[in-house]
Amino acid sequence: MFSFKFKNKKKNNLSLSFWVGLLFVFIVFLLALISFIWTPYDVTSLVISERFKGPSFSHVLGTDHFGRDILSMIMVGAQTSIAVALVAVGIGIFFGLPLGMIAAAKRGTFFDDLVMRFNDLIFAFPALIIAILITAILGPGAFNAIIAIGIFNIPVFARVARGAALTQWSKEYILAAKVSGKGTFLISIEHIIPNILNLLIVQATIQFSLGILAEAGLSYVGLGAQPPIPSLGRMLADSQTMISIAPHMAIFPGMVIVITVLGLNLIGDGLRDYFDPKLRGSS
Amino acid sequence: MKFIRKLFLVIIPLVFSVNAFAAKTDLTVGLQLEPPHLDPTGAAAGAIDQVLYSNVFEGLTRFASDGSIIPGLAKSWDVSSDGTVYTFHLNQGVKYHDGSDLDANDVKFSLDRARAEDTTNAQKALFAGITNVEVLDHHKVKVTLDKPNGNFLFNLAWGDAVIVAEESIENIKQNPIGTGPFVFDKWVQGDRIELKKNDAYWGTPAKLDGATFKFISDASAAFAAMMAEDVDVFKSFPAPEQLVQFESDPRFKVLIGSNEGETILSTNNKMEPFNNLKVRKALAHAINRQAIIDGAMFGYGTPIGTHFAPHHPAYIDLTGQSQYDPDLSKKLLAEAGFPDGFTTTLKLPPPAYARKGGEIIASQLREVGINVEISNLEWAQWLEEVFRGKDYGLTIVSHTEPFDIGIYARPEYYFQYDSKEFQKVIEDLTAETNPVQRTSLMKKAQRMIADDYVNGYLFQRAQLSVINAKVKGIWENSPTQATDLTSVYWQN
Amino acid sequence: MLQYFVRRIVTLFFTLVIASLVIFVSLEIIPGDPASYMLGINAQEDTLQALRQELGLDKPKLERYLEWVKGMLIGDFGVSYTYRAPVIEMVSDRLWVSLPLAVYALILSTLISLPVGIYAAANRGKISDLSVMGVTQIGIAVPNFWFAMLLVYLFAIILRWFSAGGFSGWEAGLFLGLKSLTLPAISLALPQASILARVMRSSLIDTLNEDFIKTARAKGLTQNQALIKHGIRNALIPVLTIIGLQFSFLMAGAIIIENVFFLPGLGRLIFQSIAQRDIIVVESVIMLLVFSVVIVTFLVDVAYVIVDPRLRSSIL
Repeated sequence: MFSFKFKNKKKNNLSLSFWVGLLFVFIVFLLALISFIWTPYDVTSLVISERFKGPSFSHVLGTDHFGRDILSMIMVGAQTSIAVALVAVGIGIFFGLPLGMIAAAKRGTFFDDLVMRFNDLIFAFPALIIAILITAILGPGAFNAIIAIGIFNIPVFARVARGAALTQWSKEYILAAKVSGKGTFLISIEHIIPNILNLLIVQATIQFSLGILAEAGLSYVGLGAQPPIPSLGRMLADSQTMISIAPHMAIFPGMVIVITVLGLNLIGDGLRDYFDPKLRGSS
Repeated sequence: MKFIRKLFLVIIPLVFSVNAFAAKTDLTVGLQLEPPHLDPTGAAAGAIDQVLYSNVFEGLTRFASDGSIIPGLAKSWDVSSDGTVYTFHLNQGVKYHDGSDLDANDVKFSLDRARAEDTTNAQKALFAGITNVEVLDHHKVKVTLDKPNGNFLFNLAWGDAVIVAEESIENIKQNPIGTGPFVFDKWVQGDRIELKKNDAYWGTPAKLDGATFKFISDASAAFAAMMAEDVDVFKSFPAPEQLVQFESDPRFKVLIGSNEGETILSTNNKMEPFNNLKVRKALAHAINRQAIIDGAMFGYGTPIGTHFAPHHPAYIDLTGQSQYDPDLSKKLLAEAGFPDGFTTTLKLPPPAYARKGGEIIASQLREVGINVEISNLEWAQWLEEVFRGKDYGLTIVSHTEPFDIGIYARPEYYFQYDSKEFQKVIEDLTAETNPVQRTSLMKKAQRMIADDYVNGYLFQRAQLSVINAKVKGIWENSPTQATDLTSVYWQN
Repeated sequence: MLQYFVRRIVTLFFTLVIASLVIFVSLEIIPGDPASYMLGINAQEDTLQALRQELGLDKPKLERYLEWVKGMLIGDFGVSYTYRAPVIEMVSDRLWVSLPLAVYALILSTLISLPVGIYAAANRGKISDLSVMGVTQIGIAVPNFWFAMLLVYLFAIILRWFSAGGFSGWEAGLFLGLKSLTLPAISLALPQASILARVMRSSLIDTLNEDFIKTARAKGLTQNQALIKHGIRNALIPVLTIIGLQFSFLMAGAIIIENVFFLPGLGRLIFQSIAQRDIIVVESVIMLLVFSVVIVTFLVDVAYVIVDPRLRSSIL
């Protein structure tokens, strides 16, 4: 029932930048995965006498203000960032996709209007401020950061799903399916979703990369994962007062964020070009 | 192209360099926190006193730089033989900044306002013993207490006890009118407060023409502001890790003084398993104070073994009683019935000493098997959950009020230490006016809370200020939260 | 047509009502009490009670909600609990920092991105285009607060050309004011400029494929002449839309940057007020932001409908 092919009429190759992006993301994911079973050093043990060491053979990326190994902290921190952003995208799809699908299927009705106004409402709120409020209510932590980021993903997916689905509904093959007696729900599942999947995948990649940035921002202001769990944003916040004595503490975690987000964006752009060559070159 | 580049190299430093040649008679002081408003008698925020105490507002008595109590607006006082009646003689010719005269009525107004039923004074307890304030004449006030109070003159020196005028009270929060050597000039909210010299000051006039308090909460911005000489003095410099760089720079001087902040690992004494003395003792022995001072404060701080300031004459060093000894700690935990340790919460307020110290303590406690869940809270949450709600296992706080061992006599206080014996000692201490007797009672009190391992006693914070080497007269110590600028000047 | 407007205005009204409810309720359930924050750890219970009464916090919730809404309708946004100053005054003070900062960042990003976008479009497919686009990809991926930290490290700590934070105030002179906003504006502008350059480039490329450009070239103009004479003007429409969107983002989205540089702007006001539980300030400022976004969206929608007859027929 879920068999589908990516719509790709012309023979079209994935661009080089896509593969570069994939490589970046692969490296970061690999580091994060390895950290589940092994890190060069224990990230919870503090060796004060070893603090502020620059990069060396024993500490490839140096140590922080508690003498912890920065590479190890980045590995575990990347794991946190990825997990938060990924689950937040999941929340967006889980709630947003059905909302958008139903709105499209019942276009012009009160429900459709309600969904669109709900979208407007959420978009009208300043995202970061609301995220800060949410964590102020629920307390800081990775889980609440997920909620704060996830909420803003819902209208994004609802809007994309609705827009894409509306185009599909006006197509002839849907008419054919209707004539054959299929119900709205079945048509949505069997025909619409497979046909808008490309767009959803591209959007998911974009939201994923935005989620990584948002998680970094939230934990930078102290609202993400709590210590002793390392997080890239908090590493940056900690490094801020020490940037004049230990700039490596600020540079490496920031670079990992850039590489991850850059990689995801390149993947997203590459996929979009691949799915829809007409758009090639435009962003 | 080359020419343009050269031009830039010349122009940019020209344009952006500050004018370093003007003779300075004003001072810019960096502070980490901005006051919420400007009424020292209406909020707990130490930032209010840091700007206004002794500069704009004055009390009957005041703190000197060594922490002793000296005359302020009252030039002298008589105490009745039973210690319950104080007669204050006010200085002559004291004028408020709006030109009106200060007289005994203002003193009565201020004290009555602070102890009134509907007062919003954050330290109402300071005035609790006052039963009557009576104006004898223009410059004489009689204050009657219900019982002798050895701390009374000390209490009157607090920022919360400054003398204000009834006529200007309505707008005090935005436009404070006091009697001090500086006049409030301007407040650019979110950025700075400007004071200017009071030419009509009743006492020794200030040497500076004006002072600007600039609020820079971010440590790296504070560092950069000092380095760029945008700020001449930074009181309570927020990042001890950067002091090394100031020490090695001849333009600056680092002042390391004493501070009233006893930093403690507060323990919920009513909560399982901390209601067990053995567990609290195990906790104390699991902590390596020096590692915390090194790791969180970069070496600035003095280990303490009880809740008392080491620079106080009555202090006794009890750190030996809670030496770092993880093996003993594990043994004690096993005896208490926790051979495998237990799990508890560590709720941390925002300051760096708590956040950084918390991470170190958590890792030290993990070594003896105590699993600590850290949660970082804002002050508002901390006050609600920890301080008022008592919903916590452990927390780290610096108690910055001077001479505050009395909080252990309040069983409802957030660490919930309830010892009748201790309460009796504090009661005796308050009533005692003989200095020798007072010292011995203070020592007794220190020992009792150390023996009971009420809290984990970590360290006394150091008062770290960075100043421009040419600035003289800045207080090294911080007996109260104040930036007394009365005798500050620039050396040529 | 009229029916459409009525419907839009009714939904606008409900959106604002719901928004105000959401804001009020979330700030009611936020743990922490402004009175105990202000009075600290030695405050006595009766003192706290007295302060709560003074602030009007002891009144029933519904009454406070209605008072707040009623006040806003007549332009009274309440008085800050901690600062005891009217919220509207505080907001307008802060706007004098946030607004110029947003405009400054926007001007920077436009000045950088449009030439870059045009350059890339003119050289599309060539190495220069690819490298410029690569740089913009990185620009989008850089967290602006991290970029800000690096700028502070370089320009404030090492070179000492700029101060690391704070705002001199406009009365200290336009130059000093702009100087203290320069690093923050650059940090804000980098990702925006990257996005804008990409939009400019792609919209220009789209325009270049349109018939009127082809006609112009057929008339003998070189590609660059055609680009300058006809292309840019037509490509600007999507660019202007994005600039409009970015402006509202910059107004509310500068919180972190304002914190990094310690600027007394609107973002930091909210951040501080949340920490201090100055609920009335938080409520009113968020409501103002929501209101401005909702109104702008409404006006844009209406303008589209009036301008574009095709849209008009589709909604009627």
